[in-house]
Amino acid sequence: MAYTEEDLKKELETKEYEYGFYTDIDSETFPVGLDESIVKAISKKKEEPEWMTEWRLEAYKVWKSMEEPDWANVKYQKPDFQAIAYYSAPTVIDPNKTLDDVDPDLLAMYKKLGISLDEQKKMNNVAMDIVVDSVSVATTFKKTLGEKGIIFMSISEAIKEHPELVKKYIGTVVPTTDNYYAALNSAVFSDGSFCYIPKGVRCPMELSTYFRINQAGTGQFERTLLIADKDSYVSYLEGCTAPSRDENQLHAAVVELVALDGSEIKYSTVQNWFPGNKNGKGGVFNFVTKRGICHTNSKISWTQVETGSAVTWKYPSCILKGDNSVGEFYSIAVTNNYQQADTGTKMIHLGKNTKSTIISKGISAGKSQNSYRGLVQINSRAENARNFSQCDSLLMGNKCGAHTFPYIEVKNKTAMVEHEASTSKIGEDQIFYCNQRGIDTEKAIALIVNGFSKEVLNKLPMEFAVEAQKLLEISLEGSVG
Amino acid sequence: MLSIDNLHVSIEGKPILNGINLDVKAGEIHAIMGPNGSGKSTLSSVIAGNEDYEVTKGDIVFKNENIIELSAEERAHKGIFMSFQYPIEIPGVSVTNFIKTAINANLKARNESEMPANIMLKKIREKAELLGIDSKFLSRSLNEGFSGGEKKRNEIFQMAMLEPSLSILDETDSGLDIDALKVVANGVNKLKNKDNAVIVITHYQRLLDYIIPDFVHVLHEGKIVKSGDKSLAHELEEKGYDWIK
Repeated sequence: MAYTEEDLKKELETKEYEYGFYTDIDSETFPVGLDESIVKAISKKKEEPEWMTEWRLEAYKVWKSMEEPDWANVKYQKPDFQAIAYYSAPTVIDPNKTLDDVDPDLLAMYKKLGISLDEQKKMNNVAMDIVVDSVSVATTFKKTLGEKGIIFMSISEAIKEHPELVKKYIGTVVPTTDNYYAALNSAVFSDGSFCYIPKGVRCPMELSTYFRINQAGTGQFERTLLIADKDSYVSYLEGCTAPSRDENQLHAAVVELVALDGSEIKYSTVQNWFPGNKNGKGGVFNFVTKRGICHTNSKISWTQVETGSAVTWKYPSCILKGDNSVGEFYSIAVTNNYQQADTGTKMIHLGKNTKSTIISKGISAGKSQNSYRGLVQINSRAENARNFSQCDSLLMGNKCGAHTFPYIEVKNKTAMVEHEASTSKIGEDQIFYCNQRGIDTEKAIALIVNGFSKEVLNKLPMEFAVEAQKLLEISLEGSVG
Repeated sequence: MLSIDNLHVSIEGKPILNGINLDVKAGEIHAIMGPNGSGKSTLSSVIAGNEDYEVTKGDIVFKNENIIELSAEERAHKGIFMSFQYPIEIPGVSVTNFIKTAINANLKARNESEMPANIMLKKIREKAELLGIDSKFLSRSLNEGFSGGEKKRNEIFQMAMLEPSLSILDETDSGLDIDALKVVANGVNKLKNKDNAVIVITHYQRLLDYIIPDFVHVLHEGKIVKSGDKSLAHELEEKGYDWIK
């Protein structure tokens, strides 16, 4: 029997009931702290198969033997890992809450970004009316994806419904032993997304629209696994331009991409977590491990716009394993007030004729610190490997910092590696020039920043690019006196 | 249109202009000449509203309104335009995008709605054609890698698009060869009409062979020491600035 709008409506209604059920047994939220029993309990709660529980426990053991890294160019009070609760029930919709209860500053920002009322409600856990429009849209998406054999669901569902795929690929790109936060994530990951594109299939839509309608809060330890089978294509959008004021201070996500022979994955991120207030209080610590593996003739392209979080530690990378594979990294990182970002990429060239491109644009304002850290590694077998890197920094005012840490390791004589870097400052003469043409200072800064970031903005899917542009303006508001 | 009365200006406490008086009416072209350091560029910056300079005394009245307290963008909204001696670069922002932003900012300040894209494009094409500007030029980043001539031509293009009441051309001839100079001067002449006014600031007389002024003023040590018609420019060219001191 075909799945109809009515069915979905019913499903949504029962889901609400489920949420209600969770509120009743609120005492089930786990105690703070982390040990083996907590890891087991998380796995049990999620009704995972044994292999998954074992995998988590293995990761936990590794994590326990590791130390939190401190090589990044950021300073912060290290989180107390025994003071965090590692499992909480899904976000509760409060039927008595209306948008009037939401912080007016936040609402004003939504308005500037042009975010619909329904989305605003969703993001603040305000109960939503069932809107026929969005229901039918969701149904259409589900149907279109299903017809092509595309699997797109939460990773918890995938562990149950497609264990063979998850088991085959999870941890193959980012092993549990990779780093401190990846190990932690592997032990306790809450949820995340799973996506599989079958052989030769071109995913007919950007996988965001669906995502934004259907995915609620993703939690503290997000895990994403995306597999593009041979000769397939997918463009995946993660995050949202709307500001998220999550109460969880520590976010440690892991994203793994697998691009099999001849496939292409385009992965775009907009990150706008709470950056802390003007005096540097609060804000999210964002320690993310993102990596993709490219098989023969495949391509992975990372595009990111990072404007949020108090501390960011993030290096979306590509392992160019297959011959003729291509890796790309396009990044805009904005820091204002007391934000700190240490972000960049790693391009590991293993195969012959592999190519990578890195375009990084760092914008620092206020008293923030913005670092680019990148590694280009050409291994001995990688004949004719090519890399081009360009790292540009834009400074606003005299109290912020921009840093570049490029690492280049070349073990093959045929390699060609190029690195360009520039640092510039928004000058008063530029502002005056714009003012003289009737453009006010705030708009002038937006214009200059957008011009500076253009090469990266151009890589984003159209609708996302427009939102990202507005986001850049808002993030830098009031940064020039 | 513009009336400057006893204007005194200093920068970091050092007096630069010491009592400037100047009247410019619609339809007129005024040339302000003077040796280096006489205060020519200061005068243009102050009229445009550059806040690096401190007005210690005097008034600037534009269209019957004292504009001394107004910001640079407010003055622009009222119709004051300055062609910069050294136009700045804005990487990644095309000539088209910049002028579009400027026009819409001015319309918004006057409470008018934004110019529809098709009308904007038509206007850009018309003005580019008028000034002999290639369409490829319009998609280049503003002033980035432009030659001296291209930079100045771009300034005149913006002037053509914004249609200001008063245009101040600050040393527009500097760094131009004779052909580029002719192109720029031609553009200014085409844009000139009975309702707008132009102030040409220059060190040399040669630009005034192509943009013919109604009045010529000589600036020395922050004061206008001599005024006359275009023959004054020729006299200066022959005798040099020492003659005026």
